[in-house]
Amino acid sequence: MITTGQNEKKKLLVTATSDREITMTRVFNAPRSMVFEAMTKPELIKRWLGAFGGWKWVVCEVDLKVGGAYRYVWQGPNGEKLAMGGIYREIVRPERLVYTERFDESWYAGDAVDTTVLEEKNGKTTVTTTIRYESKEARDGVLKSPMEGGVSKGYDKLEELLAARLAGVDK
Amino acid sequence: MSPRHLDATFAALADPTRRAILARLASGEASVGELAKPFSMSQPAISKHLKVLERAGLVSRGRDAQRRPRRLEAKPLAEATEWLERYREFWEGNYQRLDALLEEMKTKRPRQRRSKR
Repeated sequence: MITTGQNEKKKLLVTATSDREITMTRVFNAPRSMVFEAMTKPELIKRWLGAFGGWKWVVCEVDLKVGGAYRYVWQGPNGEKLAMGGIYREIVRPERLVYTERFDESWYAGDAVDTTVLEEKNGKTTVTTTIRYESKEARDGVLKSPMEGGVSKGYDKLEELLAARLAGVDK
Repeated sequence: MSPRHLDATFAALADPTRRAILARLASGEASVGELAKPFSMSQPAISKHLKVLERAGLVSRGRDAQRRPRRLEAKPLAEATEWLERYREFWEGNYQRLDALLEEMKTKRPRQRRSKR
């Protein structure tokens, strides 16, 4: 198990809990009904997920019911597209979501299953997301992508832009 | 680092005994006997864990032929941590924007309620 991130109030903690599983934990200063809303309503998702540094939303669709699909497509500053989606498997409003996740680009084969748990205490919400790669190939692929670069140009670009943005914030 | 290699690193680190062995080796090399002492485990059991760590490239054998001390190889650990750190940075960026959105939602919500009355 490797953990990265400091355990401060606002910091994100990421842990490789096994060879196929990654767990992310983060505290938000808002009630969980609000966090749940921000994570499931397209007009709100668009405000925070993936859209920065020249990346723009193209498609953001959510059919929030068991068996319903979600689909996200972004376009980068050079016209490149990044698309992903999945199916909702479990919905317990506002405390739990289980859904599959798959990127269009074949840099990993097969689905991952994400479980998001929202726990509220004193008006703050702890969000724990566990990403479990269903097959060894899926996990290998996703491990490969940011590590070795060039697997998905779009994703690399996203990483680059984020790094630039973070550097800017530090100044 | 190949994905296969990273795979082995994460798998090796999933076990608490193996993490404890690595923590012990971080303070200097040690023989199998020395490593077995703090654990309520037999030497063969410890050897099994060491084999997993060796296959992952996290542990190597020292030169002393009699003691055959094991030592920590820090590089794969650093590489796995770096990969995870990049993943963390990506999500931290998303979550910082979510923080800002939630603050906005908190200030807007009471006003919306009032206007409905």
